[in-house]
Amino acid sequence: MAGKSIEMGKVMPLEGIKVASLAWIGVGPMGIRYLAHWGATVVRMESHRRIDTMRQSRPFDKNIPQINRSPWFAQANGPVRSVSVDLKRPSGLDIAWRLIKWADVLAESFTPGTMAKLGLDYENVSKVKPDIVYLSTCQMGQTGPLAKFGGFGFHASAMAGITHLTGWPDREPTPHAVAFVDALASRYVGVGILSALEYRRRTGRGQHLDVSQCECGIQNIAPVIMDYITNGHSAIRSGNSYPYAAPHSVYPCKGDDRWCAITVFDDIQWEAFCNVIDQEWTGDPKFASLLSRKQNEVELDVHVSEWAMGYTAEEVEANLQAVGVPCHVVATVKDVYNDPQMRHRGFLRELKHSVMDEHTYYTHGFKMSKVEGDWRTGPLLGEHNEYVFKEILGMTDDEIAEALINGGITTDADLAVSMRES
Amino acid sequence: MSRAEKESCLSGIRVLDLAQGGTQICGKMFADLGADVIKVEPPGGDRSGRIAPFYKNMPDPQKSLFWFAYNTNKRGITLDIETADGREIFKRLAKTADFVIESFAPGYLDNLGLDYVALSELNPRIIVTSITPFGQTGPKAHYTGSDLTLWASSGGLYATGDPDRPPVWTSFPQAYIHAGVEACAGSMIAHWYRVQTGEGQHVDVSVEDTFVISTDEVHLLSYELLGHVYRRRGNRKGIGEGPGGRQLYQCKDGYIAFMLLVLVGTPNTGGMVQWMAEEGMAPDWLVNYDWVNHYDMSRITSEEVDRVEKVFADFFMTKTKAELLEQAIKRNIQLVPVSTPEDVYNAEQWRVRDYWVDVEHDELDDTLTYCGLFRRFSETPGEIRRRAPLIGEHNMEVYEGELGYSSEELSILKSSGAI
Repeated sequence: MAGKSIEMGKVMPLEGIKVASLAWIGVGPMGIRYLAHWGATVVRMESHRRIDTMRQSRPFDKNIPQINRSPWFAQANGPVRSVSVDLKRPSGLDIAWRLIKWADVLAESFTPGTMAKLGLDYENVSKVKPDIVYLSTCQMGQTGPLAKFGGFGFHASAMAGITHLTGWPDREPTPHAVAFVDALASRYVGVGILSALEYRRRTGRGQHLDVSQCECGIQNIAPVIMDYITNGHSAIRSGNSYPYAAPHSVYPCKGDDRWCAITVFDDIQWEAFCNVIDQEWTGDPKFASLLSRKQNEVELDVHVSEWAMGYTAEEVEANLQAVGVPCHVVATVKDVYNDPQMRHRGFLRELKHSVMDEHTYYTHGFKMSKVEGDWRTGPLLGEHNEYVFKEILGMTDDEIAEALINGGITTDADLAVSMRES
Repeated sequence: MSRAEKESCLSGIRVLDLAQGGTQICGKMFADLGADVIKVEPPGGDRSGRIAPFYKNMPDPQKSLFWFAYNTNKRGITLDIETADGREIFKRLAKTADFVIESFAPGYLDNLGLDYVALSELNPRIIVTSITPFGQTGPKAHYTGSDLTLWASSGGLYATGDPDRPPVWTSFPQAYIHAGVEACAGSMIAHWYRVQTGEGQHVDVSVEDTFVISTDEVHLLSYELLGHVYRRRGNRKGIGEGPGGRQLYQCKDGYIAFMLLVLVGTPNTGGMVQWMAEEGMAPDWLVNYDWVNHYDMSRITSEEVDRVEKVFADFFMTKTKAELLEQAIKRNIQLVPVSTPEDVYNAEQWRVRDYWVDVEHDELDDTLTYCGLFRRFSETPGEIRRRAPLIGEHNMEVYEGELGYSSEELSILKSSGAI
């Protein structure tokens, strides 16, 4: 393969790019990952007085609920440097300003209006730092009647029209078990920053980026929305069917709640499928063409289900893949965890952390032929105070001591009692 | 918007877009950011991209709304890279290009001598981004995939649906689109490597890996640390054996997304109860409910959750989506409609933000309304400069105007099927 003859390079893609981040919880930090894992220097401002909810979310390392033991946080943040500052105190705000003056990028994911209250809105920041790439992301966008709506991922999926399309037509929608729009929107955040930096590289000009997570979600079903606007057709969820394939569904296999997904798009795949399953009914003329298979899909699915139940999902997958029919076990999270392909690619990796045991983390969906990502995991809260304050900002010991005394720099003593390390 | 036409984020960058189906969104993102993206289709058009739904329901590859939506701002040429002439033309184009985006099976371009290594000999700066179901190498690299089977392999499918029915996907395919967006991010990272070194490289995108990120949230870590295997629970959300909570409720004219989340300091539940009380639909026991101590998901019984949720469910059935959203905004309650396509288009939020964009289609003698760009950039707002290309629309512009083929040469290339 091509990759084998390519020599690995010595530099990281984003070496020299400096990011000051106030982005918190899901989408913001996950968007910053596209820079942090690839060589950018990212300083994330956090506070012991307002803890990122991901730091407080299960599961915890060794089942100890502490702010530095959430692998979910470690995964969502990657190799960023954490400083603990309280922006509501003058000395904390001063540190934020010093970091902004140092940075190429400022990122935030608060409810619109929050940055303005701190005097850190784009208008103010760009006066001091005209070439800043200033990223704002929130659920509905910076403007409009819903701008201040601070919801969860399932709200965004619902608002964007994705939930309505998920499930069976005769039943209520079945939302995804995850914040489906979050990971998606984080990619648009990453692309947005990386391309605004390219514009800045050529022109020296910064700008304000407004990424609405819901609008990102709508992009992903754009043809469905255009179908309504243009044709007046408001689509509804349709189970597992798809207009261009039959069989196209999920079929029960041997075992407890085991399934396989099978899709047959054209006559070549259909012939291969028939040869493998070797059933008399496949010769029936009502299944001879895609059109006839679509017209008799209910009956077809009954036949395929009866056949699939005689095998394990793994057997079905192996036998159909061997002849080029798209088919896969409906993987449980356990199957995903043990997937040899994801381990082969280094997509799932066992990674160290400052205080936690090694855990298995996902990385990115792409591999680079000349450079490997920096797959270190997220920081302890305030882990890099000394480095950032002294080495990056050049603060003196006296300045640091003063900010500690007047609360601009937060410490474990500022934690609610229930969250302190025992 | 004239400034955007002059200078946008990716002005001066050229992309050859051979990606198919949902992965075409990658090239669209480049094009919407100002790059010159040339869609390279086989003669006759790309079957995987020119699919339903269709303009006025006319099943014609030149009227595919799917194609329209994900190919705005691109130019389009036809080229059969399986012919010798086609390969030569592609190589000449690759010398002028910054990116090639492709979604063929692993090995396909290698066999044609058009893989990254071959192209980098002609143009060391070129970045080739390949999007495949499982990546270029590894035990499953040779597997065929479809959107549904990739939902299956990434774990998203098993966790979605009603417990008494098979796992279920989102009816409009998502996995390849997610991978297209991930590919754009990976390509831009490779671009920054090129800025530093002058060298391109090969970016190998896996749809499966991408969709794990999209649908995992924290399931893998919960499995490793707690042994939890997430199972589909209809519209309820919750890890483990507890009752979990409803994520949506039926109302008069559809569904709304609302979850009883006990977050101290938010008016979500309290505000909702107060509104219900004002309308005489909250019993005393609910008005006086001790949410913090009684509604603890780790201890509460299913019966109690049902009892509480039922009061809300009954109330929602007396209201429409619009009535509920209006009060939710006023009272700062976390509730939104489960939007149908019609609701998405009619939502005030997107109208106020000028999200919808009218694009002229000269060939249809009509103006179509599109979803806007994915981002609002203050300095380089961007716009939809041109509709998606017709099949081979820019052949002359590119082959004659840029590569300098004569009309005699082009007629030979056309009759031989190369273009």
